[in-house]
Amino acid sequence: MTNSLTQTATRAVGIDLEEGMDLLRRMILIRRFEERAAQLRASGLIPGFLHPCSGQEAVAVGVCAALGENDVLTSTHRGHGHLIGRGADPARMYAELFARSTGYNAGKGGSLHMIDAELGFLGANGIVGGGIPLATGAALQLKRTGSGAVAVTFFGDGASNEGAFHESLNLAALWKLPVLFVCENNLYGEFTRQNEHMLLENVADRASAYGLPGVVVDGNDVLAVRQVAAEAADRARNGMGPTLIEAKTYRHKGHFEGDMARYRPKEEVESWMKRDPLVLFPNVLRDELGATEESLEALRQEVEERLSRDIEWAKEQEHPSPEDALQHVYVDSYNGRALR
Amino acid sequence: MSKFTFADGIRQAITEEMERDPAVFIIGEDVGASGGVFGVTKGLWERFGSDRLWDSPISEEAIVGAAVGASLVGGRPIAEIMFSDFSMLAMDMIVNQAAKTHYMTGGKLSSPMVVRMVTGTNGSTGAQHSQSLESWFTHVPGLKVLAPSTPEDAKGLMKSAIRDPDPVMFFEHKGLYVGRGGPAGEVVEIDPIPFGSGRIHREGTDVTIVTYLKTREYAMQAAEALAEEGISCEVFDPRTLVPFDYEGLRSSLEKTGRLLVAHEAPARGGFGAEIAAWAAEHCYDVLRSPVQRVGGRNTPVPYAPVLEQFVLPMTNQIAESVRTLLGKPTIQNQNINI
Ligand SMILES: Cc1ncc(C[n+]2csc(CCOP(=O)(O)OP(=O)(O)O)c2C)c(N)n1
Repeated sequence: MTNSLTQTATRAVGIDLEEGMDLLRRMILIRRFEERAAQLRASGLIPGFLHPCSGQEAVAVGVCAALGENDVLTSTHRGHGHLIGRGADPARMYAELFARSTGYNAGKGGSLHMIDAELGFLGANGIVGGGIPLATGAALQLKRTGSGAVAVTFFGDGASNEGAFHESLNLAALWKLPVLFVCENNLYGEFTRQNEHMLLENVADRASAYGLPGVVVDGNDVLAVRQVAAEAADRARNGMGPTLIEAKTYRHKGHFEGDMARYRPKEEVESWMKRDPLVLFPNVLRDELGATEESLEALRQEVEERLSRDIEWAKEQEHPSPEDALQHVYVDSYNGRALR
Repeated sequence: MSKFTFADGIRQAITEEMERDPAVFIIGEDVGASGGVFGVTKGLWERFGSDRLWDSPISEEAIVGAAVGASLVGGRPIAEIMFSDFSMLAMDMIVNQAAKTHYMTGGKLSSPMVVRMVTGTNGSTGAQHSQSLESWFTHVPGLKVLAPSTPEDAKGLMKSAIRDPDPVMFFEHKGLYVGRGGPAGEVVEIDPIPFGSGRIHREGTDVTIVTYLKTREYAMQAAEALAEEGISCEVFDPRTLVPFDYEGLRSSLEKTGRLLVAHEAPARGGFGAEIAAWAAEHCYDVLRSPVQRVGGRNTPVPYAPVLEQFVLPMTNQIAESVRTLLGKPTIQNQNINI
């Protein structure tokens, strides 16, 4: 039943230059969004945690590129890339990080809980593995209503040790739910290397225990990820059920902003840095689709200017008033007063 | 003897709501063709089929998680946790996910779903199948907590629970399903009951007994016995713990001036403590004596009938607590808070 294969499309299959530039734009946007967020945090503008996904951009962008408008997603504590990959507005993301009332969650979420309900983005999640059952349930409802849409859940290698992962895979396989389980395997769960938290080499091999296909893909290759996700989404839309996709990738930075990540061997970091998706993909665009150095530079410039505008806008947004803390505990008329 | 059982009330509410709204569906262990361990979903499989009843593997976290996830995209799921003891395995989905969705998304998403949980003991069900955990959930902002004690209330409250836009924890005492006798199934028309509206089961002037779930029956028996001694008890069932009918409680206390809270859950940290504290804070002006509580002893629920009956608050203990409140104890008062 398991169909473990390694996809490595280092070639520009099935895209034209414009599409390729679009994927790259999104990847650069993610990288620079977070790098600038790190600076803003250092200058005191952002309270709380930030878990950067530098190095993993190709997974977010590749998967999102394979999805349609009505599809829904759940994310992790490391969710900025998934949101931007899905097309969320960085200005409102910054506003949320700055804890302003026009931020995505009205200042009630922050980085760990960011959502964009209109994009079907059901939220980052502070609980490791927490989004997996939610996407499974969303897929159940999508199937029930015959919507033709699929649900996607991102999670890490560490999360695949949680019960929520195993229960959800079994349930989704049993009921042939239209859901893509996307493991971003960046080799670490917090400070613990994969070989210290599981004996298997591939998270994808866990799929066979539940009777669904498991696929390993090069997570630093945006086109390979896109292709694998598109195939899985097709399967799901055709009533053939879920797929477990394991995208092998690496986080360039520490577990959270401020973690120096000294627990990682230097050679390991260096070898992965050479496979930075933001170097690999521009090379493909240049070598195979004729992108010019100027056009790539212009793209970087465009992203930079956009983020500057977004940050300026976000800085001007209002802070919530203290009483807003009483809002949104419940949906109905109890809002505005603590329910006794 | 009524033909309309507690299980009928819940089943009829679910049936009527499933007919009204196609978004309503059920997910849980053995909820399908077999009709559930307590027969609550009996007949629904034949009527609504497999798209409305998802008979799931034994995976509490996935069951509740799927319900929460479905609710985020337009579903109106009813998740069944066979025994409330097993809700521990789904606690992340209830407490960290469902209860927080609306708040942490700044009102952009919500999780309208019902978790049905069988609670309490019905005779030797033992320590892992008999707990009363309702107060745990009342401690979590974002959840509503329901604890009906009659078939009619079960039906009316279940209808409201399914229509409610928030996550609702619905407690069904296993000792209320049974013991009513007669052929079940008679359809009784009940309107949805608004949350936060308590019900006075018996009017009285000397003491207000606040009680819910199965303990209400013992309180009623105690009230009857006490009436023969010339003591007049008002029995007040809040029906919903969150939100709670504090106005109703206050008016009752204005009449009686004395409060006893009785429930099956251990007294320590039980919901009775919350009610007692509220009364002390807000009704001190009308209280004529200190508030009393009678709850389960602070032990797991034991198996042997003789032990079980010793730790649960039953008719005699409730009656004795009322006498103590009125300064007329008949036996040596037992300290229930070991
Ligand atoms: C249930 C739970 N346990 C522990 C944590 C603390 N924690 C936050 S992130 C993390 C590591 C997760 O590793 P992985 O799933 O591989 O994701 P990654 O951080 O590599 O993206 C841990 C242990 C948590 N947030 N939730």
